[in-house]
Parts: sequence; C-alpha cells; structure tokens
Amino acid sequence: MEFEAVIGLEIHAELSTKSKIFCSCTTEFGGEVNTHCCPVCLGLPGALPVLNKAVVDYAIKAGLALNCKINKETYMARKNYFYPDAPKNYQITQHETPLCSDGFVEIETEEGLKRIGIQRIHIEEDAGKAIHEGEHSLIDFNRSGVPLIEIVTKPDMRSPKEARLFFEKLRSILLYAGVSDCKMQEGSLRCDVNVSVRPKGSNEFGVKTEIKNMNSFKALEKALEYEIKRQINAIKNGEKIIQETRRWDESKGQTIAMRSKEEAHDYRYFPEPDMVYLKVDDEWIERIKATMPELPDEKKRRYINDYGLPEYDANIITSSKELAEFFEDAVLNGANPKTVSNWIMGEVLRTLNDKDMEITDVKFTSRQLVKLIELVEKGTISNTIAKKVFAEMFETGKDPEKIVEEKGLVQITDENAIREIVNKVLDENPQSVADFKNGKTKAVGFIIGQVMKASKGKANPQIVNKLVEEELKKR
Amino acid sequence: MHFKSAHEVRDLLRKKEISSEELTKLCLERIEKVDAKVEAFLEVFEDALDTAKEIDKKILSGENLPDLAGIPMGIKDNICMEGKKVTCASKMLENFVSPYDATVVERLKKNGAVIIGRLNMDEFAMGSSTENSAFKKTRNPYDLERVPGGSSGGSAAAVAAGEVYYSLGSDTGGSIRQPASLCGVVGFKPTYGRVSRYGLVAFASSLDQIGPFTRDVEDAALVLNAICGKDDKDSTSKDVAVEDFTTYLNKSLKGVKVGLPKEYFGEGIDDGVKKEIEKAIEVLKDLGVEVKQISLPMSQYALSVYYILASSEASSNLARFDGIRYGYRAKDFEDIIDLYVKSRSQGFGNEVKRRIMLGTYALSSGYYDAYYKKALKVKTLIINEFKKAFEDVNLIVSPTSPSVAFKFGEKSSDPLKMYLSDICTVPVNIAGLPAVSVPVGFSDNLPVGLQIIGNYFKEGEIISLAHGIEKALNLNLRPNV
Repeated sequence: MEFEAVIGLEIHAELSTKSKIFCSCTTEFGGEVNTHCCPVCLGLPGALPVLNKAVVDYAIKAGLALNCKINKETYMARKNYFYPDAPKNYQITQHETPLCSDGFVEIETEEGLKRIGIQRIHIEEDAGKAIHEGEHSLIDFNRSGVPLIEIVTKPDMRSPKEARLFFEKLRSILLYAGVSDCKMQEGSLRCDVNVSVRPKGSNEFGVKTEIKNMNSFKALEKALEYEIKRQINAIKNGEKIIQETRRWDESKGQTIAMRSKEEAHDYRYFPEPDMVYLKVDDEWIERIKATMPELPDEKKRRYINDYGLPEYDANIITSSKELAEFFEDAVLNGANPKTVSNWIMGEVLRTLNDKDMEITDVKFTSRQLVKLIELVEKGTISNTIAKKVFAEMFETGKDPEKIVEEKGLVQITDENAIREIVNKVLDENPQSVADFKNGKTKAVGFIIGQVMKASKGKANPQIVNKLVEEELKKR
Repeated sequence: MHFKSAHEVRDLLRKKEISSEELTKLCLERIEKVDAKVEAFLEVFEDALDTAKEIDKKILSGENLPDLAGIPMGIKDNICMEGKKVTCASKMLENFVSPYDATVVERLKKNGAVIIGRLNMDEFAMGSSTENSAFKKTRNPYDLERVPGGSSGGSAAAVAAGEVYYSLGSDTGGSIRQPASLCGVVGFKPTYGRVSRYGLVAFASSLDQIGPFTRDVEDAALVLNAICGKDDKDSTSKDVAVEDFTTYLNKSLKGVKVGLPKEYFGEGIDDGVKKEIEKAIEVLKDLGVEVKQISLPMSQYALSVYYILASSEASSNLARFDGIRYGYRAKDFEDIIDLYVKSRSQGFGNEVKRRIMLGTYALSSGYYDAYYKKALKVKTLIINEFKKAFEDVNLIVSPTSPSVAFKFGEKSSDPLKMYLSDICTVPVNIAGLPAVSVPVGFSDNLPVGLQIIGNYFKEGEIISLAHGIEKALNLNLRPNV
C-alpha cells in the first residue's frame, strides 16, 4: 500500500514592534538579563495589560500579506498552564476569535502552483526564557511579553518538501511585509508541525503527532522525513500511532516522544477579563493596506513581464527581499535586467553559497556590480577577467575600475601585441604546430589556451582566435 | 477630633488651626490606643509623618492644596504602594514589597494624602467577615465580639473607630458596602470602570472595584473626586467625564424615583434590619422621594453567577503565586510540581483554596459551557433586568446586609451561610453598577446600612440621595472603643 503524509504547520513569529505587547518595555534582543522588564511583563500582583496598537497593525499586515480575512471584533483569552517561564502562569492569547483567518499562500511545487490554506493568525505574548545552570534554573524575562503571531495552516501539505517550500515562502512574505525579522537562530521564527499518514487517496485523517520546535528549514524537512517513515513503518508493523507530542533531536536525527494526549494540558481558556474587545474597522484595515509593500508573488510577475526574466530566475531572486532589492537597485542604476539577473544567478549566489553568506552581508554595492557589467560591455575587460574582478570586489568592496587598474587587467586588443604573443607561443610549441598541420584541430584549442595564459587572460579572445588561425596558416 | 469628617479636618488645616503633622500624630496615637482592640492595621507607616511635614510646608508657603491634602488615611492591603508590603492578608505574600504605586495611590499622593498604613482584610479579598486574614482578626468597633464584615473589614473598622479619616477598600461582591454597613460608615463602590484597578491585586478582574470608606457622604464625594477617572494603564477603565461630585450634595430630592426590589426584602433579611430600612424609606418619602415597588427576579441567580465567575477568574489570577519568583515557597520539595503544590497548599488559606478549586473546575474542558459560559449568559440577563428597571426609576434601594454584625465563628464554619451575607450586594457587581451603603440606624445597638444603587456612572445621583437621608437622620456614629 502506498501512503501519503498530511502535514500542517503552526508557526510563531515575533513581531518587529519596538515595544512589547502589553507594556512599553523594549523588545530588543540580547539585553542584559531581566533588564527589559516592568511590573506588567513580570506579571506582578496588580499589574494590568494594555494592548499595544502597533501589534495589531503588524498582525493585520501579516494577515493581509497572507490573504486573510481580518476579523472586526475579537477578544483576548487566557491560556492557563503552570510553567516557570510564564510569569502569570497563564498566557494572554486569542482562542475562539483569531484576529485573521481564512488565508492562503501559493507555493511552486514540481506539479505546479499549489495553495496552502492559512486557517488562522492570532496575536499573543511570548514567555520568558529558562536558563539551566548546574542544579539551578534561572529565568530571563526580557522576552516575556514580546509580541507574537501564531500562524496555523490547514493540513494541506503532502510532503516534507512542500512543508519546507511553504515555510520558506511564508518567511519570505513576512520579511517582505516587514512584520518580523524571522531570525530562526534568535527564535523570532519558530515552527511546530502536525503530521499524520494515510493510504494514498483516502479522505480520512490518520492519528497525528506534533513535532516541536524545529529551528531550521532543513530540520523541518529532516524531521518530517523521519517521522513519516516512522509512522508508515509502525502501521505496516500493525502498531497503532499514538497521538502525542514529539521533539526533533538534531544530533540523533530522530523524533522523540515527549508527552501523550492524556498528559496534555487542559488550558482552561476563558476571555481575558483585564481587557476589552479589540475592534478593528475598515479605516484601520485600509490604513495598513496602504503601507503594504510589493510582495514576492507580485514582484515575480513583474520581473517576468517587465524585465523578461525566466520564471526560474525571477523565483530565486524574489525569494529574498534583500536580493530583490539588490537586483532592482542595479536595474535602476542602468544595467540590463537580464545581464544583472545572470550575474546574480551566477557569480553572486555561487559566491554567497560558498561562503555561507547572505546578500545583506556583502561589501560591494549594486552600483559597483553595474560598473563591472559596464566594463565588460565596453570591452575593457573580458568575461573571464570580470569574474576575477568580481571575486576581488567581493573580498574587498573596492570599485571594479580600481581593481582593473591596480592589477593591470585591461583587455589587450592591440593586434600587433597579440600577434607577437601568438608567434612566441607557436615558436615554443612546434609539436602543436605539427599536429595542426597533420589535421589535429584539437591543437588549436591548446594554443589559444597558451596564448591566453601568456597574456594573463587579458587578451581579447576573439582577436586571439583570429590571429592564431592566421599565424598557423602561415607556418 | 478623631471623629471629625475629612472635610471638617480639611477646613481646620486650611485655617491653620491644626497642622497635618499634628493631625497625623493624633491618628498615630489613636491607633496606638485602640488598634490593640480593633486590630484594623497590618502595618502603620512610620514615614507618614514625613509626608505630613511636607504638606505642612506647602500649606505654610500658601500653596492652594487639594481637599485631601494632609489628611491621614489607610489603604486595604491589596492596593500596591511603592516600597511597601502588599500582603493581601495572605501568608503567600507576607513579605512581598511592591516596586510600584497603584494608580489610586499615585492619585492619592498627588492629592497630598497622608497614607498611614495597610489595613486588614479577608485573604485575597475572599470573605465577608475578615476572619480569613492569615494575620489577625479585626473587630467591630461597636462590639469587639463581633466581626467588622469583609472583605475590607480593616478599612471599615479603622474609619469607624476613628483611627483614620477615610480609607480605601475594594468591592468584588460587596466587600466595601457590607463592612461599611456592619461598622456604621459610608462605603462606596463606584461603577465598574470608574476607578483604575491598576495596582489592585486582582481577585476577580471583571468585578473588582476600588472605593472609599468615609464618615459621611460629603467625604465620599471628595475621595471619589480624587480617585475616579480613565487610566491608560487599565484597559477596563472607562473614559467618562468625572464631574465634581460635591455638586450633588444638598440637592432637593423631590420627584426622585426610587425602586424597592421586593426580592431584596424577602426571606433571609433579619427583622431588625428590615425595620430600620423601612424607617429609612419613610424618611425618604418625607423628603419628597417617590418610592415604588419593583421586581428584579434575576437577582436570585446573582450569587450563583458570582461564585462561578469570580472563582474562575480568581483561579487564574492567583495562579502567579507559585513560589517561584516571589512570595511563599515551601521548604522541602522534590521537583517543580511538588514545589508548586506544597507552596500553594501551605501559602493559601482554606477559603482561597476552596475558590481556586471551584474556579478551576468551572473552567475545565467539558464543564466550561455548563458553568462559565452559562454564568456569562445569566450575567447578561441580570444586566438587562437592571437596565430595564432604570428606565422607570432613578435609584434602587435595599438593605446592604441581611444582618447586623455577627459574632466571630458564627458563619465561618459554613461557607454557604457566609456567602449569603452578600446576597443584596452581589447583583450590583455582576451588573457593574455603582452603589453605596449609608448608615440609617441601629438594630440591637449595631449599625444598619441602606444600599443605594444607581445607574451606570450616576454616582452623583447616589450621592444626592445618600446625603439627603444622612442629613435627615443625623445619626450619632461614634462607637465606644
């Protein structure tokens, strides 16, 4: 029997507001422990939460970016559970009435475009962070009260790959919309996943497990691959899948059971009595709409239609907001979009990959890349040299003209000079000349190579081709 | 001097016939003398004299000061004051010092109030006799064998016994009005949302409201002037203009329509109380008030609704007291769960634990709809019924408490009997309405209070009626302590 997986994600994203969700403490990451706190986010007796309007702005923006309906009247709820990092032993969140619902994200799968449904987005507060030192446990409350959105998808994904594509796309959209910095290492983007398996073609859902806290795209994909295999094997062996929460152990490459459904908390949700209804009117929604930047899907269509980029290139370049900005800057600086795209798809991304860097980390500007392209187009340097110049520019951030000048990389187009080199190479390689004479055309390639080498790559390749041919014939 | 009203004392201060320092010393001496018997205070603030001296400097420099400036007062021990303990009369918070001021404390300080100490209460404001305090038994100044009522028993007794000129309490189901009634003082619960709850240690967030205990109605108006008003730190506080409540004093009561809900005069109300209330109603009629019978049948469900809603919220509000970050922590424990269980079992008293369990149960999955959700629906019915009643009448009056002050231990063994003490006051909290208890007589030499309930934000109308009857009755409210 063939099985298929049914996957849904629950994603927590920290919103990029300056202050916390219910008080005016800063949300800045990495402060001295317990310095970004006040009676409200410490949950001290008598302190009361007051909703930060900016949090609602950001959450609405996320909702709009994910094609959601914005719900006009919602309320906060208390989720009750005892845990040392929750200073009130309840979390203020939304339960029955999420701020946003019924949205979708489109992903590009091998079978074409696929819509992943967004069930809901709600706003809530983050908890503090427990730090374990020897036999002591300490708690840092700097993160307590940092605003989060929880995004819950419909169970629409069918493979680890799809889950990864969705998560990548979602991150990109949130980054474009500017609602979260989505730094997975700092925990500002976290993902839990629900997964079950069923015979392919079935409409019923199998028993699902939840896997907690995968902190990279790769981990998500790996954990899902493992868990799906585990579930399928279990079923094949006649075992029952237990509804439970598991965690991904990166080092073991396994998911490990944490707690079963029976041990699950009864959160005793009820409407937060310290707060009033959150009412959002059309005017508010319109105001947020007006601040919405162009999102990746729109941008991609524009690149294809206006710039004539291949869909593949457009996809890659728009997958990152910064990369797209870099591309558009270069185009604005007068470069041919297709040429810029080729550079980005080629040297730029290859080098970034090699060095495990992001476009935001590079030393050179898009303006400098345009200058480099112009040097090639004017014939000042060859494509081969341009790659060398690029490498240098990548390392140092120096202007390409300066690199060319300093290293004497200007292309040699003087026919006399090149002819001199050609003859010198022919003199030094009588065997190749003889091979040529005997009809071994391969020898030509070797000779051209030697000429380029002798000119340190600076000779204009077309002229070299022409002169090698001419001189060989003379011999 | 000890039984003068705050407004009388204010006039003396303004005329410089007495200084705030002298006044504060007098209060401290009085506390020294009588509090061994009354036991209203959990702590007397030594630095109150410093505040008084500062106020005196301002008075001498000719500064125009607010009404309450320089007058000693006390706060219920569930209201936070920076640098002072706030224990809620619980072992759980025995050594907890608040790092911040409640909004009411901030406003009192701005008004120059001399805050002289923390007043006893039922633990976490749960109770009707102040017997649930973990620290001491406050006694009724009219009869030291009897309770002062609760939960703000310390706040009521301190004012009644002449230890302070006024005090603040909190009222979730009657915790200001009932002790005011039992101690023969004025106790005012404002409309829900009138006074900021920021810095009031929450019992039931949707019901709690801070209000004053005073010797007369004029003082209540002065204190309300100081503490009412929208606060950005409390989302549930309402942006309704705060009028000068003293403008509602000395108003003609001719044509004022008052409703008498028959359900509040029925079974369970002691005859002695009923007699005094009926006498008061006759006085109202003499003042030109139009009295008519009304019916509020939904009120009989208020107590049930109250114990679901208040306990549910309390179970969550009190979850933070877990022995981890502050407060009582059990000495020996196995692991974190054991630490929670032992700290909370040892740190909370029986009534608090009873309500936490009740509330936890009511919110549990499978029971939520039957209890919490249903209680919310009945709450709406109670609100609608009051709204309808206020289409025909300006105010509603009833006894505040079904009985006069009872003896220690008389009801403490039977929670349901104790809960009935709040039968007349609880519906008002469920609806979020304002109400006062004003002394109208004595039964067996113990004070009887009349409850006057107003429509939303109509504290002014309540003040007019309360002031009218207070003047007409002119009672002697000085217990012999």
